[in-house]
Amino acid sequence: MAKLVYDESGRLLFTKEMKEEYTLLMPQMLPVHFGMLKKLLECEGYKVDMLTTNHRGIVDEGLKYVHNDTCYPALLVIGQLIDAVKHGGYDPHKVGLLITQTGGGCRASNYIHLLRKALEKADMAYIPVVSVNLSGLEKNPGFSLTLPFVRKAVYAMMYGDIIVNVANQVRPYEVKEGAADEMIDHWSQKLVDGFQAGKGMSRAQMRQNFDAICADFAAIPVAGEPKIRVGVVGEIYVKFAPLGNNNLEKFLLSEGVEPVVPGLTDFIIFKIFNRVSDVDLYGGKWIKKAACKAFMAYIEGCQKDMIEALERSGRFRAPGTFRQLHSLVQGYLGDGNKMGEGWLLTAEMLELIHSGTNNIVCTQPFGCLPNHIVGKGMIRKLKDDYPYSNIVAIDYDPGATKINQENRIKLMLANAKGLTHQEAAPQRAPQPQREPKLAHANV
Amino acid sequence: MSLRVGIDIGSTTVKVVVLNEQNKLLFRSYERHFSKTRERALETLHSIQDMLAGQKIKVTITGSAGLGVANAAGIDFVQEVYATAAAVNTYIPDTDAVIELGGEDAKIIFFGGALEERMNGSCAGGTGAFIDQMATLMNVTVTELDALSLKHEKIYPIASRCGVFAKSDIQPILNQGGRKEDVAASIFQAVVDQTVAGLTQGRELKGKIVFLGGPLHFLMGLRQRFVETLKLDGEHAIFPEDGDCFAAMGAALCATDYEPVLFETVLKKLEDSAETTTLVDTMPPLFENQEEYDAFVARHNANRPPEVDIHTYTGPAWLGLDSGSTTIKLALITENGGLLYTYYHSNLGNPVSIVLEQLKKIYELCGDRIEIKGAAVTGYGEDLIKNAFNCDLGLVETMAHYKAAAHFEPDVDFIIDIGGQDMKCFKIRNGAVDSIMLNEACSSGCGSFIETFAKALGYDIATFSKLGLFTQKPVNLGSRCTVFMNSSVKQAQKDGASVEDISAGLSTSIVKNAIYKVIRAASADDLGQHIVVQGGTFLNDAVLRAFEQELGRNVTRPVISGIMGAFGAALAARDLHLEKSSLLGPKALEKFVHTAKPATCGLCTNHCSLTVNSFDGGRRFISGNRCSRPLGEEPTRQPDLMRYKYAKLRALHGKGQGDGSRGRIGIPFGLNMYENLPFWFELFTRLNFEVVLSPESSRKLYLKGQRTIPSDTVCYPAKLLHGHVEALVEAGVDAIFYPCMPYNFNEGVSDNNYNCPVVAYYPELLAANVPELKTTRFLDPYFGLHRPKDFERRAGEWFFNEFQVPKRETSAAVKAAYAAYEAYKNDLRETGRAYIDQARREGKPILVVAGRPYHMDPEINHGINDLITSYGFILVTEDAVAYLEDKAPRHVLNQWTYHARMYNAARYVCTQKDMELIQLVSFGCGIDAITGDEMRSILEQGGKLYTQLKIDDISNLGAVKIRIRSLMAAIEARKEH
Repeated sequence: MAKLVYDESGRLLFTKEMKEEYTLLMPQMLPVHFGMLKKLLECEGYKVDMLTTNHRGIVDEGLKYVHNDTCYPALLVIGQLIDAVKHGGYDPHKVGLLITQTGGGCRASNYIHLLRKALEKADMAYIPVVSVNLSGLEKNPGFSLTLPFVRKAVYAMMYGDIIVNVANQVRPYEVKEGAADEMIDHWSQKLVDGFQAGKGMSRAQMRQNFDAICADFAAIPVAGEPKIRVGVVGEIYVKFAPLGNNNLEKFLLSEGVEPVVPGLTDFIIFKIFNRVSDVDLYGGKWIKKAACKAFMAYIEGCQKDMIEALERSGRFRAPGTFRQLHSLVQGYLGDGNKMGEGWLLTAEMLELIHSGTNNIVCTQPFGCLPNHIVGKGMIRKLKDDYPYSNIVAIDYDPGATKINQENRIKLMLANAKGLTHQEAAPQRAPQPQREPKLAHANV
Repeated sequence: MSLRVGIDIGSTTVKVVVLNEQNKLLFRSYERHFSKTRERALETLHSIQDMLAGQKIKVTITGSAGLGVANAAGIDFVQEVYATAAAVNTYIPDTDAVIELGGEDAKIIFFGGALEERMNGSCAGGTGAFIDQMATLMNVTVTELDALSLKHEKIYPIASRCGVFAKSDIQPILNQGGRKEDVAASIFQAVVDQTVAGLTQGRELKGKIVFLGGPLHFLMGLRQRFVETLKLDGEHAIFPEDGDCFAAMGAALCATDYEPVLFETVLKKLEDSAETTTLVDTMPPLFENQEEYDAFVARHNANRPPEVDIHTYTGPAWLGLDSGSTTIKLALITENGGLLYTYYHSNLGNPVSIVLEQLKKIYELCGDRIEIKGAAVTGYGEDLIKNAFNCDLGLVETMAHYKAAAHFEPDVDFIIDIGGQDMKCFKIRNGAVDSIMLNEACSSGCGSFIETFAKALGYDIATFSKLGLFTQKPVNLGSRCTVFMNSSVKQAQKDGASVEDISAGLSTSIVKNAIYKVIRAASADDLGQHIVVQGGTFLNDAVLRAFEQELGRNVTRPVISGIMGAFGAALAARDLHLEKSSLLGPKALEKFVHTAKPATCGLCTNHCSLTVNSFDGGRRFISGNRCSRPLGEEPTRQPDLMRYKYAKLRALHGKGQGDGSRGRIGIPFGLNMYENLPFWFELFTRLNFEVVLSPESSRKLYLKGQRTIPSDTVCYPAKLLHGHVEALVEAGVDAIFYPCMPYNFNEGVSDNNYNCPVVAYYPELLAANVPELKTTRFLDPYFGLHRPKDFERRAGEWFFNEFQVPKRETSAAVKAAYAAYEAYKNDLRETGRAYIDQARREGKPILVVAGRPYHMDPEINHGINDLITSYGFILVTEDAVAYLEDKAPRHVLNQWTYHARMYNAARYVCTQKDMELIQLVSFGCGIDAITGDEMRSILEQGGKLYTQLKIDDISNLGAVKIRIRSLMAAIEARKEH
């Protein structure tokens, strides 16, 4: 059995020995993206299980071990991890927990600390918690994110985004139920296999793959009239994770509409962009800014490839670029609004409206601090500027019942159906009150 | 064309209507369904068989509980708000807005332009269920409540957010003798405020407004409050004749688009659907069988005090009274704790008259044989009862309960008391009360919640709770605040849970609330080895069983668990060892009279809502006050750094050292300004601006901006800002300056120096939601003061762009501003030092109040500082001691400036014998969920008591008093050890 080693601050480390013996448990947020990540980690020699459990017991464990006023995603993620350790059939002395760590001003940055507190409370402080972050926080001898791995991970995210995007556009119309999901499995395996063989990780190969993905999904037989589209935005966990949003996408599908879920790429660019804008707003090292700008430019380049592939397909709608999103939000929120999803959330709503998806579900954990401002706080102005926008804010928490949430979404859908009968009024062009002060990374 | 039928299945009622081709109403019914939704609908349909038999009809179902029925039966469903809008469009076409209140829903629909509809979120506050709950609390029927409200003289502020808060506001008013008429009207006003604040979200309610739904149909008092609040006249306030059935009528109208079906087919579909419902989430039964239950009862009944016959006993006796929130308890005991007389009853909203009646009865029973040698009172109504009847002692509830529990279980280390409306738990450490946990935040429901629910389902509480004892599949209802539980129950009903399953489920939910929400325990060992449970709610066997099941261990429930507070008070009275009690004697009781009158104190900005109680012989008792001024005494103030800081900041307006020639800059006095105002004031006045501060916060100011608040769950300090900026617009300033500040000053004791997201970005929210800001220049740039050099450069550019101020001038002003801020900090630290020195000279205890800077706003803290100093503490704030500690690793991410201060203040307090700490937390503050736990662990490791005061928009100081007095009792106990 692996020895427990602590660093000077008393933090339990994940050792090289543990890498051999332990299984790392990771929560799931985006099924497709994280599925590929899991496979990538396995290729690096880790034993990894992605938790896909979804039952009431998770919430109960969360309530037991996490402060109940903490945000719902923390409660779920931690509840899910602890539930897995206790009831998942693992040897608790042979598991480690993976959790992402950001460093923003939102309370969500505390997940890892809350998880450790919870483990202590559950008498399982011997379980190592491994932080996954790109800021160099909390290093572990047995776990490191190498540059090649990070690169693969970035590619996995890009692939994940395009796959989810096209699958979402196929699934509501597929003739054979499950065809889109089968194609997802096929492609995520194929891509990871490719990664191992060193394939699919150059821009050129990625472009080819993008085209192939579009072609394969476009080939899935579909039928039926175009359905009403409903956008989903929100706090990142409840927006994406079926566990967090009570299977929102499934519900929307069952209501006969087409869900449109903006991807993860913009969020990643947004997080890098914040480091650039911080320097511009408050001062800081130019070298840091330059490095971030370069990284951002790289991902923006990948995003552009994806958009072009979608446009080339002639079959799929393409999302806007990060730069377009940024220009849309001028006059709403400043560049400094970066905690949580920050201005990106409002920008995504604007982009949905501009691309003809007027119906939006804005999801957030009950009492989510940033969403007071960027979610609920902006709906009024959106409604003023775009009278035919149809936005419903849904809160998620352990006590909120599905029926209540669904009833509110149904109201939004009833409106949506009503609105399609009405002639859409000409949209107001965005009127930037402030010129974007930030020069964009050159793409 | 066929007849159209609309069925509206709401949370509490079923409405059925039949329309003919001309949209004329042929039939309507409105009935309570007592959670038997499908059956009720069927019954109604059967009753109109004559009209519909053999016909093809068009039918749709609507309503919050209708979805499940519709799905199960395969009948078309239409969302209820949509249905209502359709009905209004048809019947009252020129409507501007609709306000509809239902059992648990509140809705507003705006017409004109695109249809805009709002529903209440997951909160059932401000709805019919809320009114029902309040009526139960006041022990009147809803109709009586309505009649009472029409005779009101004044309106009390009652929390309009959620029923639980409202309850804790109403209770003290009732307990302290407020008039029922006024309270009734205040309840309706709270509903109005909740609807207006929660649902309009920035859109103004004007023009022709139609009022719909059951409560607005039946309650004239509620109508009156709406009409007055919205300033409507007869032409613009429409109360349609069938306003309670509009959703059903809308459903019938929407049915037009569907295929007609034979009436008998519809009936059959509904009948057949009963079998298809399944129960999803269940728990193990409370008791497997009768034997198990009998053993359980026998075990608990073993803990009983000796009973002494009051008719034969001769000797001394001691009286304890517990004037609780909903009940009144009495215990008369002998020297060794033998029970002579006990009483437990709802206080019927008037504790004084019940105590009067009981005292008379006790004196009669005592005759000449028994002499009452002491009387003590505890509970919410302590002050009132003590003054009314001249009791010898008033003691804080926690102490009373500890005394009683220790009588039965001397080793007791944990006590949990769930009463009608409040839940108290505390640990006992070294013979003193330690770690008090109260439920003042959001799960206050407790006992009275089950009671209200029982009534809603048509049962009395005793019968209802027994129902669940033997059910094999109790439904799992979750563990959130009880108001949210309403919707969990709704879901369970939809899923086909029986009343028995729900009863058992509710018992478990309340227990889970207590354990995981209030106590936040992970295991039974977290609580203690010797747990004593008490309070009226534990008299309920189902709740007690659920508690033991959840903990996995047996606990002690004394037979007198419902009157433990009174019993403890009696023991305390005994321990006074008085020769003679001052309690009013039988003669005095004969001529006892009591009247209560509401009043508002105008002697300071707190504007305390007073209740003036007059007793016979000119005795008076004033309650609701925070200081002694309304009693005609000039308060003797202890040094209070909060007050000092506040006065210092309020003085920062005007032209300062400049000439004001560049114009008038308005600064809203809220959130980060409580920290940064000295900086901005200096900067602007140096640049020859005149600084105009928004007025002091007040409830009136809050109400002024209330309608533009988009998120009703944000904290009260943030909500106040809407009123502040509006006031500045009215003041006609040239521009309003309110910067976005994600970063705070870096004090070098944390890993980063963030503000919370709300403090950081609220200016942008105001810009997007307050229409008045379109008429005044509103400046909300992103600024960071943590990098002085960079700020100087940025400020230079900004002031040049906005006001053409030469950069050199700005540079000088920025330097002066940093110096002014530094001077302000130093002054606070020195003053704090002086206060601490004074306390030590005078031997007074020092209380460090830790919170966020804006917690010094009297409208936010409701004068808690005055209350604290009135108990003899000298008060300093966290920033006066935090700088005395260095940075140390924490178990949480330590990256917020305000948090770091609190952590360091707590660490410093641990090193000082004569200091205690209280943390102020705003309700809805998400990140204080993190600081609270960390503060507790710092203080407990340092051997100090952790006390947290949650503050909200409502100034109910009851819970605050309990905590402060318990803290004092603990300090005392520690001195003795």
